Amino acid sequence: MSNFSKAFSSTLGRKLIMSLTGLFLCSFLIIHLIGNFQLFKNDDGLGFNQYAHFMTHFTPIKVVSYLLYASIIVHSVWAIIITRKNRAARPVAYAIKPKDGSIWSSRNMGILGTIIFVFIVVHMSNFWYKYHQGYTPYIEYQTDVKTGATTSRVLDASEFKQYTVYVENGVEVIQTEDLYKEVAIAFQQWWLVAFYVLAMAALAFHLIHGFQSAFQTLGWNHRKYFPIAKFLGVWGFGLLIPIGFALMPLYFLFK
Amino acid sequence: MSGHMNLTLKVWRQKNSTTPGKFVTYKADEISPDMSFLEMLDVVNEDLVKKKEDPIHFDHDCREGICGMCSLVINGEPHGPKRATTTCQLHMRSFSDKDTIVIEPWRATAFPVVKDLVTNRSSFDRIQQAGGYVSVGTGGVPDANEIPISKVIADEAMSSATCIGCGACVAACKNASAMLFVSAKISQFALLPQGQPERYARAEAMVLQMDEEGFGGCTNTYACEAQCPKEIKVTNIARMNREFFNAELIKS
Ligand code: SF4
Ligand code: FES
Repeated sequence: MSNFSKAFSSTLGRKLIMSLTGLFLCSFLIIHLIGNFQLFKNDDGLGFNQYAHFMTHFTPIKVVSYLLYASIIVHSVWAIIITRKNRAARPVAYAIKPKDGSIWSSRNMGILGTIIFVFIVVHMSNFWYKYHQGYTPYIEYQTDVKTGATTSRVLDASEFKQYTVYVENGVEVIQTEDLYKEVAIAFQQWWLVAFYVLAMAALAFHLIHGFQSAFQTLGWNHRKYFPIAKFLGVWGFGLLIPIGFALMPLYFLFK
Repeated sequence: MSGHMNLTLKVWRQKNSTTPGKFVTYKADEISPDMSFLEMLDVVNEDLVKKKEDPIHFDHDCREGICGMCSLVINGEPHGPKRATTTCQLHMRSFSDKDTIVIEPWRATAFPVVKDLVTNRSSFDRIQQAGGYVSVGTGGVPDANEIPISKVIADEAMSSATCIGCGACVAACKNASAMLFVSAKISQFALLPQGQPERYARAEAMVLQMDEEGFGGCTNTYACEAQCPKEIKVTNIARMNREFFNAELIKS
């Protein structure tokens, strides 16, 4: 076996794969959150729809998004392989449940991960799938270049050819898919909102353990810098990011 | 000193590695709080021998916390309820009168039960044999301080070297992972000049042997650190990861 395959097929190598894919997915969360903040803008979805179009049509981002889908799959499949191997390492359970001082989320990454995986499937079939299949509604924005005032009107599917931007008589016209409306409608359903909030809670606990754990696995447990990873893991990835995401469905439900 | 205690023990009894075992309940009466946990078991065993019954088998040797032979999961905790203490150094004053104490062996594929509470930990020996040594020509006695080593590094290597190879880290881990042990053994050499020539070969060989033995993988719950009688730190595991990834991906 070459060193390379030995590295990745060992117990440590499998951890390495989990940590690298996990950190890559974490980096995506930051981008996704920042972009989605446009949902809170009071512009009838103009900013958000433009952003959504850019993210799905700009080639470098498309390449990264395929890496992302692959990471989700690898992270999940490897989790299953690792869990099975780890169970096999203790075939007879203890009669008394061990008390070991470990934090709850560190022992339940699999359950948390499963909730997140189900969430990703629901989330992608709600928005990603509909968007890519052209099931979303369409909209036209007209912005007066001088005053900056924008009006919008619903476009019928038959009127929409493709995403277009042009300026005519001092008015900027944008015709686009209206993912914003799709989002706004979806989040009128309280049970979907409840599921999103629950999934974000699972994400929070998953990342409180997972983010710092990735650095420990990479061997970057440095006396000075590891506390930074721990801090970011709890306050950034464990709280700020999941709360930011959870606010989006809540915003539309109570809007 | 407080009075003597009457205890109920639920002990895992298993004839040999192939016969399934079960819990058997024993009374341990008139136990002095000043006895060690193993002395308490000795008392129970003397009774069993008098009754011509098979005494409870358990591992022990030094009985002073340095050899790593004693084991036992006591009420769900390897080496019992007291932190940084081996079972042989655990005193009965850590328990109270009328307590029920459940005693189980280490549970891991790589530590098969030999009899009762005795497990076969030779998997640890094979990991050590794979690389847990330095090959040095033993010439004359070297002068003191011939090789300068800073105090910080010397201390760090020494604290890694305090691992007694008991296996409580494996017993505590939900994945029965041996990474705390293996990382302590890799670290004690990786930190010192004498360990450098075989540094990466050692990390690779020991990690692969660990996998070979059927230990689980670490998921960073850090239960091992909490239960280790020698307080070996999980920073050792990070160091082992570094050494291994360096060995496989960078330095070769
Ligand atoms: S690391 Fe601690 S628990 Fe594990 S074998 Fe060494 S001394 Fe025992
Ligand atoms: S018997 Fe030697 S450490 Fe407990």
